[in-house]
Amino acid sequence: MTVSVDPTSETTRESTPTEALRPHAEDAFAAELSALAAQDDRPRPARWKLSPWAVATYLLGGTLPDGTVITPKYVGPRRIVEVAVTTLATDRALLLLGVPGTAKTWVSEHLAAAVSGDSTLLVQGTAGTPEEAIRYGWNYAQLLAHGPSRDALVPSPVMRAMAEGMTARVEELTRIPADVQDTLITILSEKTLPIPELGQEVQAVRGFNLIATANDRDRGVNDLSSALRRRFNTVVLPLPESVDAEVDIVSRRVDQIGRSLDLPAVPDGIDEIRRVVTVFRELRDGVTSDGRTKVKSPSGTLSTAEAISVVTGGLALSAHFGDGVLRPADVAAGILGAVVRDPAADRVVWQEYLEAVVRERDGWTDFYRACREVSA
Amino acid sequence: MTTGADPGAGPLLLGVRHHGPGSARAVRAALDTARPRAVLIEGPPEADTLIPLAAEEDMRPPVALLAHAVDEPGRSAFWPLAEFSPEWVAIRWALEHEVPARFIDLPATHTLAWEKEAVEGTADDPEEATADVRIDPLAVLAEAAGYDDAERWWEDVVEHRGVGAAGDPLAPFAVLAEAMAALREVYGSGGHQRDLVREAYMRLQVRAAQKEFGDAVAVVCGAWHVPALSERTTVAADRALLKGLPKVKADMTWVPWTHRRLARASGYGAGIDSPGWYGHLFRAQDRPVERWLTKVAGLLRAEDRIVSSAHVIEAVRLAETLAAMRGRPLPGLSETTDAVRAVMCDGSDVPLALVHDRLVVGDVLGEVPQDAPAVPLQRDLDRIQRRLRLKPEALERELELDLRKETDAGRSRLLHRLRLLGVPWGEPVASRGSTGTFRETWRLRWEPELSVRVAEAGGWGTTVLAAATAKSEADAVSAQHLADVTALAERCLLAELPDALPTVMRVLADRAALDTDVGHLAQALPALVRSLRYGDVRGTDTGALAEVAAGLAERIFVGLPPACAGLDADAAEEIRRHVDAVHGAVGLLGDAPAPGHGELRGRWRAVLKVLSVRDTVPGVIRGRAVRLLLDEGELAQDEAARLMGLVLSPGTPPGDAAAWIEGFVGGGSGGGMLLVHDERLLGLVDAWLTGVPADAFTDVLPLLRRTFSAYEPGVRRTLGELVRRGPGQRGAAAVTGSGVPGFAVELDQARADAVLPVVRLLLGLETEDDELVGVAR
Repeated sequence: MTVSVDPTSETTRESTPTEALRPHAEDAFAAELSALAAQDDRPRPARWKLSPWAVATYLLGGTLPDGTVITPKYVGPRRIVEVAVTTLATDRALLLLGVPGTAKTWVSEHLAAAVSGDSTLLVQGTAGTPEEAIRYGWNYAQLLAHGPSRDALVPSPVMRAMAEGMTARVEELTRIPADVQDTLITILSEKTLPIPELGQEVQAVRGFNLIATANDRDRGVNDLSSALRRRFNTVVLPLPESVDAEVDIVSRRVDQIGRSLDLPAVPDGIDEIRRVVTVFRELRDGVTSDGRTKVKSPSGTLSTAEAISVVTGGLALSAHFGDGVLRPADVAAGILGAVVRDPAADRVVWQEYLEAVVRERDGWTDFYRACREVSA
Repeated sequence: MTTGADPGAGPLLLGVRHHGPGSARAVRAALDTARPRAVLIEGPPEADTLIPLAAEEDMRPPVALLAHAVDEPGRSAFWPLAEFSPEWVAIRWALEHEVPARFIDLPATHTLAWEKEAVEGTADDPEEATADVRIDPLAVLAEAAGYDDAERWWEDVVEHRGVGAAGDPLAPFAVLAEAMAALREVYGSGGHQRDLVREAYMRLQVRAAQKEFGDAVAVVCGAWHVPALSERTTVAADRALLKGLPKVKADMTWVPWTHRRLARASGYGAGIDSPGWYGHLFRAQDRPVERWLTKVAGLLRAEDRIVSSAHVIEAVRLAETLAAMRGRPLPGLSETTDAVRAVMCDGSDVPLALVHDRLVVGDVLGEVPQDAPAVPLQRDLDRIQRRLRLKPEALERELELDLRKETDAGRSRLLHRLRLLGVPWGEPVASRGSTGTFRETWRLRWEPELSVRVAEAGGWGTTVLAAATAKSEADAVSAQHLADVTALAERCLLAELPDALPTVMRVLADRAALDTDVGHLAQALPALVRSLRYGDVRGTDTGALAEVAAGLAERIFVGLPPACAGLDADAAEEIRRHVDAVHGAVGLLGDAPAPGHGELRGRWRAVLKVLSVRDTVPGVIRGRAVRLLLDEGELAQDEAARLMGLVLSPGTPPGDAAAWIEGFVGGGSGGGMLLVHDERLLGLVDAWLTGVPADAFTDVLPLLRRTFSAYEPGVRRTLGELVRRGPGQRGAAAVTGSGVPGFAVELDQARADAVLPVVRLLLGLETEDDELVGVAR
């Protein structure tokens, strides 16, 4: 028997969008979404707010025929966004993979907002995520007072998405214990969620889909079973393509963080930032930026997010203990900490890099010396 | 204007894209419909006699028509043909229907001469230039159709048109001819005058064929040329254009080709990136996407990836939806690749690279019949053999070469190059007489099968030099181990292939950078340094080599100390050998420092110092490091004795101490003499040995025996006498004296002077006295 979920159980939003510290995507970009919807004359899959083409435009940015400018939400290869949107249209679930700091959550939120107009049907995956968070829970007061019934049932965001034909999101899927992960298999393959206690089930209506994000470089995560993996199309979000793009991202984020931490503004940090980004990229890619020398890659991820924290740490050092100018010595220790995660193997990698690449480079003498000092 | 749609009014002009599977299929359909009495194909007419070979059993595409200048085999041009090339389809159709097929392009005699001009004159390469012209008009048409990618537009409009679509098979050619005509009206020759000459020649040939066969003649040529061929011009005007063309004597043959090399741009214009995909499109009867993805799944399964039929279904769905979203009629290569990545490869590019390599490009290797004319490589070899007066003889004989002589050096190079090409005519053998680096001894023997090997190697290039260079580069890229690449570098130097060296060096540097095993690096370094010295003998520029060697040494310096921890006896012994080898290599390398790598020796000594005092390093390596430092004069004898005393003190396990002694004075390192001359060291060993507990003694005995049994009998005897005499007899003088331990306090002037003339003689020059003293010590 199929039943619909009582709409009154929906979580009421505590604050209006304008007061929120961080408004939801569908509220922050409501104007763009409605402009797209008004102009969009292409076929839309059932219960989609926009056509797949318009969703891709929303994420990648562009100018509509009437002159409305859509800001780009994701800066990266067009192919990735197209595959992601197409996946959602084919009723296959979408798995966004990537190292931390590659905008997985950001993309998933905006996809949900554009496709279903609601990005709040979210399950945050942690080591302690219970099965109830994905299926349903019980309101025990109701359960004791009136016995099992639909009124005593507390639906999960996934259950609500199924009943209403919306897009559900699961964050950090690989952090969820394996047995709880596998709850998703029935949902994704049978598109139903049985409620044995009531002898009922919730069937997904057209338009339901699921976006999961996961981190593929972390250790101590629960790998997806191949049964579950088969239910997903996987899209890997890459790290920024060019040095300039990454320097831009790092300096912008560092600026924002610095202001919120009340760090004094540092005038000429851009050279050091470029240096940190260069070091990170070279070690990550396993080849120097001129493409001439290969280097070993350490075990750490060396993501953009880590580069940001190295520079922020360096800024704090120079502001509180230095002369207020970001110098090689301020970032050297941070880089060492980020690179050398495995004391034996990574140290060799780092020293080889120092000796074979950094030592020879023009204008990097100070940096080389600073690194030698902290590495010794 | 004459178009293909109207066969009565002139020759049937079939404009194609070279290597377009859709074009190929359309050509076959058009020929089946029109049934012409002769087929004319864009290509060098010298190859007309070679056409019947295409019908033979053992002729398998991809193959290429190779034209080369007779007296200059290095100058050559290729016209590759895959099974999905329209030209190949036309040849096969003509042969099957017993209709004459002819090539009508400008003869290779002229095009090769043009190439010569281009090489000697401007940098404008004619092949590249023609490629430009062919791509440009497509870009213009694609832009008009709202595509940003010309190739994709062509695929959507021509190549991906439904298989066996109903309608007139000639209609697409008519439409294409019109489009090209419009373009030619605007762009003319596209800025390439040579195309006009070629087209004039083609027109003349078409006219000649029309005279012979009437209008029932089909012409297969690049779409760009179609408007020019249907143009009405006078014979006189065309002949005028062809006047005074440069000429070289040219020869043609078929050579086997590969899918990988189809990507190279030559002859028939732009190279194609995905021959495997095109071949699939050509062969697939229906449902190309489904069949392709099933193939991909099969490949991934063979590589132990779990890919089920459900994966294939989902991939097909994703590819089709993607194509719809991108507004394409059918999923193309980019859509299917995206689908394979997202569904079958978990978003990873690693298995995808395999798919690209094996399927999208593919491993297909062509074959040509035995009776195809000889490849130019054989001619080049004949010429060189004549020049060097080195006849191929079946009888085995030895050949002594003196590399200082021009002819002998040439012979050596030839033999080394042939060896690299897998033609082992000569085998290097150890020289009997002299051991100088300028001498080489070869054992020569020409066996008939070597001619087959030469023919096989013909695909690598048209001259021995070019082929050996190309082969070495390919070998370097595919080499499995670092040591293989080092050996290859050595052989490249011997064979004098300066053009191959940069690639080999780059691969070597890359491999060295990524190799985590210090042992591999340490093995590679001595060979590399040896090559460096050979290079010096032959006057090769070895700057790049020196730099790579220095880089390799740096990596060893960094990696060696951590690699010495936690080793068992065998592994420690191996590292000790590496330490010795690296020490020797660094010594030689120090003479030829590369820029930016200054003081290698100094840094190596620092590494040895680290090794000598670190407790986690096995005794044999520590002992060896101390000894090397001592010999270098980096460590004072007092310090060496102190370290030895530390190791031989009662706290150290006897096994470890014995290993240390082995490292310090063991093997053929002349350690025995050290003990004979330094009473203090001998005393330390003696005292330690007598102090070893009885139960531990049997354990260390084999080790000690190994250490001391390697000494010369004389040294052993002297040592025995010294020990029997007991300490203090001679030691008193050494301890009380202020001179060098083991030597008398005062220099015996008379005996020292007696040595000097001999030393001078050995060094062969008059040198400063103080230097001689250093040597004498």
